[in-house]
Amino acid sequence: MKRTHLLLWLTASLVYIFLYIPLIIVVVYSFNDSRLNAEWVGFTLDWYYKLFHNQEMLLAARNSLFIAVSASLLATILGTMAGLAIHRYRIRVLPFLAFAPIAMPEILLGVSLLLFFLQVMNLTLGLISIIIAHTTFCVGFVAIIVRARLQGMDDSIFEAARDLGATPWQTFRLITLPLIMPAIAAGALMSFTLSIDDFVITFFTKGIGEPILPIQIYTMIKISVTPEINAISTLFMLLTLVLIIIANRLDSGILQGEKKS
Amino acid sequence: MNKFRLTRWLISLPPTLFLLIFFVVPSLIMIVTSFRYPGEYGGLAPLTAPETPEAAATQGDSGLYGLTLEAYRFFFSDILYAEIFLKSFVVAAASTLICLIMAYPVAMLIAQSAKKYRNLMILLVVLPFASNFLIRIYAWMIILGPESAFSHLINSILQLFGFEPVMLLFSPFAVLVGTVYVHLPFMILPLYTNLEKHDPVLLDAAQDLGANRWQRFWLVTWPQSLPGVYSGAALVFIPVLGMFAIPDILGGTGDILIGNLIKDQFLGTRDWPFGSTLSIMLMLAVLGVTGLFTLLARPRTPK
Repeated sequence: MKRTHLLLWLTASLVYIFLYIPLIIVVVYSFNDSRLNAEWVGFTLDWYYKLFHNQEMLLAARNSLFIAVSASLLATILGTMAGLAIHRYRIRVLPFLAFAPIAMPEILLGVSLLLFFLQVMNLTLGLISIIIAHTTFCVGFVAIIVRARLQGMDDSIFEAARDLGATPWQTFRLITLPLIMPAIAAGALMSFTLSIDDFVITFFTKGIGEPILPIQIYTMIKISVTPEINAISTLFMLLTLVLIIIANRLDSGILQGEKKS
Repeated sequence: MNKFRLTRWLISLPPTLFLLIFFVVPSLIMIVTSFRYPGEYGGLAPLTAPETPEAAATQGDSGLYGLTLEAYRFFFSDILYAEIFLKSFVVAAASTLICLIMAYPVAMLIAQSAKKYRNLMILLVVLPFASNFLIRIYAWMIILGPESAFSHLINSILQLFGFEPVMLLFSPFAVLVGTVYVHLPFMILPLYTNLEKHDPVLLDAAQDLGANRWQRFWLVTWPQSLPGVYSGAALVFIPVLGMFAIPDILGGTGDILIGNLIKDQFLGTRDWPFGSTLSIMLMLAVLGVTGLFTLLARPRTPK
């Protein structure tokens, strides 16, 4: 048993190293005083300085933030409704509608939305089309999280509220909503992360006007590899790290809520 | 009762409508588009003939209207497209297999660890997955780049054995590395969820009956873990089948997969009907694969 453990430890550690080496290299090179991503020359903050003076990049960051906030807000509302509807009212088509966009390769949703926006809605592609596209795939994720939370709860609480004379709206506002709040918050955070991160669907629904962060990064990578990309990548990682820590806090909040109820 | 029905509708209708409009309708549009003629300057030819010469002049008149199977005929007329589909399947299968081999020890180690460490170990798997998709691919551009320490190392080893130096970046190898790197967590998580549920008593029983380590793994652990293997495989195989960014960034000019072909029809050559046809073929392939995995993952009833 001991030797298997050692072998298992060894191979698993190698996989963990495989997972982290690339990201560590990006972070380290973002502080490297050289245009080439080849050898360590010296410490510098130049690439960050350049980044914060890159107007196009700042505008792209602002656009992406706006898209992520709008899409996650919309997706959280619709996804919570979908989660409730699937769990409580057992609407037949809704699980398919909500989960199919997640299960397909992203490119299919991108292509079909591109055709739809241009042919049917006659929409000029831009921030609005991206927000709608992001909402479409985020709804499913929120619905999954909210439904999982509802499934873990005892339905007798709602019956008790009704027996005590609460109207459906009162039951929702005073019982259901506070109980599923951690799930809603986690879903919102997840939608935000998915939206700000999304490349494929944004790529198809972006049009040509506004710069968007992942598209900007893609263009930079395709043209030339400069340490400026390392700097923006490091900042991007920092942002997601903070979001994950917050999500983790919420998760322990979920656990506490379970103990209480 | 009436009030109950009202809330039911108030809650169910908005998400249902939203998804009908922005998911079902666009999918139908894509299907219809695949049966239309491409426009002269990209986009689509009109469905009906222009009524006046002026309209014909502004819209462009190719003399082709209505619906057609042309895009499908084109797809099946050239072996090139079948080859690209086959290549995508090979890449997806290879990535799935490599992911499985790498994910299994990690999932097993986490499942065998003390409960208090498991969450941290899972978090460590998910954490790199949370950094931007493009950044994770870009990192491999640095590692596999011609000037990198890794490239120098590989090439000096090759030279030692008398081989020509190779270019690691912009090759099928780079595509495979990037694909495995991006999709590995999708394999580890379902595997772990499955392995965690195994009853260790079964392994003890097998040991008591004289099974050695390998027999215990292949006869007890592996068969039990198959549902986890299948769901992990589906989570890797399906997105890889439709990807375009990884071959686009890490691959060479020859490393074109279905996704790149589709992307080109919309943002390059602008042949919408053919792009839609390719998308529908991809969707059919995905449905086929999903069906296969569901069939495989179905719990077998003992006869």
